[in-house]
Amino acid sequence: MTRAASLLAGVLRAPEQAAHLSVKDWTEVITVARAEQLVGSLAIRLAGQKVPEAVRRRLNDARIALAHAQTQARWEVEMTQRAFHSAGYPVVLLKGCAYIIAGLEAGDGRFVGDLDILLPRRQLDDAERRLLAAGWEWVKADAYDDHYYRQWMHELPPLIHRARDRMIDVHHTILPLTHRLEPDAEAMIRDCVRRDDGISFLNPADMICHAVAHMLADGDLAGSLRNLWDIYQLLREFRHEDPDFDKELLSRAARHGLTAYILQADRLAAHLFGDGRPLGWRDRWFLRCILARDGWGKKTYPITRCAFYLRAHMLRMPPLMLARHLFTKWRKG
Amino acid sequence: MKHQIHLRIGPIMFRIGSAWAGPVKRLNRLYQAYPRPLVAVPNFTVRLEPSSPLRRWIRPNIDIRGDFMLPEAQPLPLAHGVLAAEMAMNLQMALGQRRYLLLHASMVERDGKALIMTGLSGAGKSTLSAHLGERGWRFMGDEFALIDPNTGHAHGFPRAISLKNEAVDVMQTLVGTDDRFGPLLTDTPKGTIRHLMPGPDAIARMDEPARPALLLFPRFGHPPAIRSIGAAEVFMRLTQSSTNYITLGESGFRALTQLVHQVPARAIDYEDSASAIALVEQLWADLA
Repeated sequence: MTRAASLLAGVLRAPEQAAHLSVKDWTEVITVARAEQLVGSLAIRLAGQKVPEAVRRRLNDARIALAHAQTQARWEVEMTQRAFHSAGYPVVLLKGCAYIIAGLEAGDGRFVGDLDILLPRRQLDDAERRLLAAGWEWVKADAYDDHYYRQWMHELPPLIHRARDRMIDVHHTILPLTHRLEPDAEAMIRDCVRRDDGISFLNPADMICHAVAHMLADGDLAGSLRNLWDIYQLLREFRHEDPDFDKELLSRAARHGLTAYILQADRLAAHLFGDGRPLGWRDRWFLRCILARDGWGKKTYPITRCAFYLRAHMLRMPPLMLARHLFTKWRKG
Repeated sequence: MKHQIHLRIGPIMFRIGSAWAGPVKRLNRLYQAYPRPLVAVPNFTVRLEPSSPLRRWIRPNIDIRGDFMLPEAQPLPLAHGVLAAEMAMNLQMALGQRRYLLLHASMVERDGKALIMTGLSGAGKSTLSAHLGERGWRFMGDEFALIDPNTGHAHGFPRAISLKNEAVDVMQTLVGTDDRFGPLLTDTPKGTIRHLMPGPDAIARMDEPARPALLLFPRFGHPPAIRSIGAAEVFMRLTQSSTNYITLGESGFRALTQLVHQVPARAIDYEDSASAIALVEQLWADLA
């Protein structure tokens, strides 16, 4: 773990530590925060703290960018609502958009790139028709990529809106179909929170299960510092609201087969952003990858990252299928 | 990173890191007349890195990276390091600038009043500003004009002027001495490029903002003419020449409408530098 990334985590955990940072520290913290899409969270977290004038201006820039990004995210949600008007099935918002629309603390400071939605798998054809009719288009024209998504993935190939240039990811399960774990997406949709205004998002326990599955069971930990910050904020808010939340979370995690991942995410989040409890060797290895960015915003620790890249693929697919996939991708260049 | 330089250009400070010594050495020479920035947190960080580990040594080429990046940016050969740094700085401004409304324009100043020239690529705004900078005007920038939404003032961004193709010879003849020029870069994506350091006055006064006094839309390759343009068209053209108008939201809209309401605008056609300069001086005199 680099000094710069650790400093950023430290300031997010305890904003009053900002008083001890040098100019060089600040330069590196802001660079890492930008690279990890956490500069909005940093700006929100440091509101009211005494910081150097130049830092105050950089954070102000981040707030302006954040306001725009969140307005745009809300508008994409509105456009999607209209596309699915009277569809008769829930269209569940996931990740950043859900946090923002649900008014959660995890949504404060959150930059949102793509819009992610989850809907019942049997409704995919209808969803595809509605989105295409409302102006979204396929991003990838490649037949193999299209086949790859439809045969093995947990989401449709990405769609982009032709006028607004914004992407939407349509999920129908939580993890790729080839993954050895199969969280119960049907249950997540059935038990989601459906608001009167037609907006749906996952219930608190499932929201955390989804964030954790996305961070630890799928993917190579790229962008995981922000994912972990999301998870930490969600856990803190839900525990504050419901003292028995952990019981509900663990029972839900067991149902989805995610218990070990939930416990690990809780340990990592508490270590980095909470009480600072010590970690075992395996968690420390994860932490090294989560904090693998230097003060210039450059990714570091290539061997660790490569190991996590391989791990991600091994989790996703059985070895023979993986070999076939990587061979096809390699042959296509 | 191993090699680095901090540059301050107008109100914007950059931290530039490079995997090779060459680009930083050449930037140091090119920007030697600029004030060395005090120790402060920079606005933007830029990295000049090999596009793959092998490319550091074998046929080295530079990938432009930094706080803000475009995924499809093409790498440049190491010999074009100064151009890579220029493109990297422009990119940070275009994608990351939030404090000022950014106009893709060149700008010169006289008597505290700014002449802002904007137009399509190839309209000659860069060359025109370089010419005026050698003829009693203060050069304020050939890429971006920075409009402060709070005051309406224009701030300069006078980095090295990026002269292209025929403009290189013309300006070499006009300036005479060689020590204000950077290395000659041939076969770049934009043809031949050579950087010209702005004059001492432009650098010494780079922190002085100016009040926008005239918006000019030059067009090269037509018989000399001056045309007026309606406010609505000026507004539309400026939204197209601004990279952050949409991101700034309401404050961007206010800054731009104020600019359009308060500052006269003209389009000019010209055939050569002499006719362009004559038209500019004529318009400026009419305004006074």
